Amino acid sequence: MIRARLIMAVAACFIFACVTGAGAATDILCSSTTSTENSGLFGYILPVFEQKTGIKVKVVARGTGAAIEMGKRGDADVTFVHAKEQELKAVKEGWFVNRHDVMYNDFVIIGPEDDLLKIKGIKSAAAAFKKISAGSMNFVSRGDKSGTHVKELALWKTAGINPKGQSWYLEVGQGMEKTQRIANEKRAYTLTDRGTWLATKDKDRLQMVIVLEGDKVLFNQYGVMAVSPQRHKHVKYAESMQFINWLISKEGQAAIGSYRDKLGNQLFIPNAK
Amino acid sequence: MDSILEGFEKALALIWALDREMLEILLMSIRVSGGALVIASILGISVGAVTALRRFPLRDTLVGVLHACMGLPSVLVGLLLYLILSRSGPLGFLALLYTPSAMTLAQVILAFPIIASLSHAAIISVDPIIRQTARTLGATSFQAARAVVHEARFGIMSAALAGFGRAISEVGAVLIVGGNIAGFTRVMTTTIALETDKGNFELALAIGIILLTVAICLNLCLYRIQRRTVVGRR
Repeated sequence: MIRARLIMAVAACFIFACVTGAGAATDILCSSTTSTENSGLFGYILPVFEQKTGIKVKVVARGTGAAIEMGKRGDADVTFVHAKEQELKAVKEGWFVNRHDVMYNDFVIIGPEDDLLKIKGIKSAAAAFKKISAGSMNFVSRGDKSGTHVKELALWKTAGINPKGQSWYLEVGQGMEKTQRIANEKRAYTLTDRGTWLATKDKDRLQMVIVLEGDKVLFNQYGVMAVSPQRHKHVKYAESMQFINWLISKEGQAAIGSYRDKLGNQLFIPNAK
Repeated sequence: MDSILEGFEKALALIWALDREMLEILLMSIRVSGGALVIASILGISVGAVTALRRFPLRDTLVGVLHACMGLPSVLVGLLLYLILSRSGPLGFLALLYTPSAMTLAQVILAFPIIASLSHAAIISVDPIIRQTARTLGATSFQAARAVVHEARFGIMSAALAGFGRAISEVGAVLIVGGNIAGFTRVMTTTIALETDKGNFELALAIGIILLTVAICLNLCLYRIQRRTVVGRR
């Protein structure tokens, strides 16, 4: 008898948990990239937005490719990523509407502290890639269709090199921070975004340095866009537009610009027009 | 070695402080996997009993398939479920993707074959005399079946525990269909994966230790119930 009652009690608790858990106020689903989530930016700006509008933004962080795909499939209401060409292409195909630039940071090439291949001093990223491909050191690639990976592939193309399948080219298929750690272990070069680099180089005790920065092609633009309500009737378009308009408003831009990581670095520079 | 010790320290600190966010994640884990345990147990034990006690065409094939499915790769289950539940998939209209229910569903699919196969094995190994005796004493075939299942209850309990273990420790499928949304579909395993990604090894380890503790406590509880019934009957 006691056992039966216990089981009943557990079942009752469970049903209660299910009922109370369901049914939220207005919330929208935002597909985004690991860099925005892991850097802590969303944790900082989303509560500000929620306070103002009562809209809760739920974030699913994936690589840029997957995040755009989520929007195309109608599994998200709004998409916030950093691969401008891909974004514009998806907008042109009719999957998204109202794309806006929001903010940027930049990519940097990092390598072992001793920089055996002497990349430091080179100004052009493509030239640096060429030198890496000719050298004896490894290069670690994200290999996951993320924005960083897309940028890296574009640079190889400019350099006129097909790295795929080469013994020095390691495709790891992992997030940025893990990729940096692998590059560190392998004493290899890699392309990273400055935000992740600044936030993690000390914490992960990376024995690496920036070997190239400041090339215009390393500019990393973040954009936001709403999933087209014509393609997917169920999306919460009005709320998504409220979110987008807030991000590019003076207030949203100021929130992005005032975000600092634990070490006091500014990771993203707002640049909405 | 240092980071492992730090992990233990941090785990204690987290438990001590009863961090609200941590508590929510813990409750979400229990809710998702508890739900999976209840549903997979009802389905699994029924299927296990029917396949052990009744003869019907393709029975052996069914048992074979269930056995094979014990090793289903969880990411594959996650991917298939994602494609089915996606708005562009066949069940998209249910709007289940990125909800705790989708995570429960994934865990049911993973736990069900284990519970069904192991309860099948437990029931089939009950001494056939029990069934025959029950029948000669005038039991209907349903009553006789119930007596056999009752005899196999400890094996069935172990089956349910194994299924629960698979569910609560699973990360691949729930990450895909749950989305690891903060405060909504974030459970212990996906938090560990995320914090490892972010390089917060101590925190990840601390959450791992809490998860392990919860799993051990639940198992001990069930074990005690089991013990008590044995002692009570003797």
